[in-house]
Amino acid sequence: MIRSRFSAWALLRAGFARQQNWGPQWRRAEPKQSYDAVIVGGGGHGLATAYYLARLHGMRNIAVLEKGWIGGGNTGRNTTVIRSNYLFQESSTLYDHSVKLWEVLSEDLNYNVMYSPRGVLALAHTVHDVQVLQRHIHANRCNGIDNEWLTPQQVKEFCPPANTGSNIRYPIMGGALQRRGGTARHDAVAWGYARAADALGVDIVENCEVTGMRRDANGAISAVETTRGVIASPRVGVVAAGHSSVVMKLADVALPIESFPLQALVSEPVKPVFPCVVMSNSIHAYISQSDKGELVIGAGTDAYTSYTQRGALHISTHTLEAVCELFPMFRRMRMLRNWGGIVDVTPDRSPIIAKTPVPGLFVNCGWGTGGFKATPGSGHVFAHTIANNAPHPINAAFTIERFREGRLIDEAAAAAVAH
Amino acid sequence: MLVIHCPYCGARPELEFAYAGQAHLTRASDPSAQTDAELAAFLYERVNVKGIHAERWRHVRGCAKFFNALRDTTTDQFVVTYKSGLPRP
Repeated sequence: MIRSRFSAWALLRAGFARQQNWGPQWRRAEPKQSYDAVIVGGGGHGLATAYYLARLHGMRNIAVLEKGWIGGGNTGRNTTVIRSNYLFQESSTLYDHSVKLWEVLSEDLNYNVMYSPRGVLALAHTVHDVQVLQRHIHANRCNGIDNEWLTPQQVKEFCPPANTGSNIRYPIMGGALQRRGGTARHDAVAWGYARAADALGVDIVENCEVTGMRRDANGAISAVETTRGVIASPRVGVVAAGHSSVVMKLADVALPIESFPLQALVSEPVKPVFPCVVMSNSIHAYISQSDKGELVIGAGTDAYTSYTQRGALHISTHTLEAVCELFPMFRRMRMLRNWGGIVDVTPDRSPIIAKTPVPGLFVNCGWGTGGFKATPGSGHVFAHTIANNAPHPINAAFTIERFREGRLIDEAAAAAVAH
Repeated sequence: MLVIHCPYCGARPELEFAYAGQAHLTRASDPSAQTDAELAAFLYERVNVKGIHAERWRHVRGCAKFFNALRDTTTDQFVVTYKSGLPRP
């Protein structure tokens, strides 16, 4: 397969053939009988893990197993928001590690992931909101993360569509702005990592569901059973998002995780009208505009655990009511699609990126409602964990054992959606 | 929106109810005798099953009573609801 390097020159040259000659960007790999490491889950986090394993740790005889198609799960369903202004040092270090990788990712992968640091603005509507957001700002600044306070007037200047008047139920009392935050193209992230990993020799195997895990006499992982045969591997990294509990149960590892449907919607595309990302925790509006012109709106999770990938209508209605109140000009916008994804939520709303009690088995899960932003950093530190059989300093605190030891990283207030 | 059968009040819309997590978790009679791992499992580990899930609901905007239900998490269909204290059907 000829896989040219993307450049302005390549684009110009392809233009002479009316852009018709672009071939597949990665191989359709058949699974081999054994690998040095297997990644279960071909979303952004799994593909990033494989890429960094091959690129930084020299592990090229590895595979990514995906039960559907790559990027078809939460990677293709999220609202693509990137930020790092989390409260605790462990979290902000992890998420800022990601933001720093986002800044150079397109060049690193030679694939335009359309990272757009247009600013993420969190709105405050009550005295409590003001205090919580200012606490975040102070904590972030102590940890070297940019985050600044905007008055209602500054909110209006930064985001003109916002209704900063007093004629709404919960008027805007200010906001916290992280200017380095923004969005990226979610599909491009999966495709870019897949293409780059494939070029380094990683096998990306789609339509390959893991149905069992085999262990040797010492209890260590020896192979995974899949719908496409048994694949031997001494190291298995599970990055299965909403299905983490299901996959890990195959190896008898219980997780402190519950899976909930989380919804999102997009409107019909319109010209550029919305300059930033706005999230309002307390009345639950969460909105940005994609480069295609669609408004991208994030709704909340259902109250109950489920694997249906749907979500209830009253949940999205609630969000649309908040959006219409905060941004009156969107009242006549028509929504094009809505959908649900299954998110894996931990009790402290922080991820688990760690070794497990089973030797050779590693897990990266629990990203809950906000995993997309962490894709590059998550893959980077998880690859380090798998390659060295020990965590990177950045993910050392994100163990499973923290729930037994009481070392929770309680970010329940940090995410943009109500849990 | 789901229609949920409260064992006390009958079929009502989901908005009247609050979800209350996995059912049949029994708090140890002497928690201080538990190991850290046992306490962590009680507090945090959940079956999170893909299939029939036994769970608690509360008819909070109705009779306010807790009850249990079996629900299929792949379809959200309720199999049965039953009163708290009864064993899983």
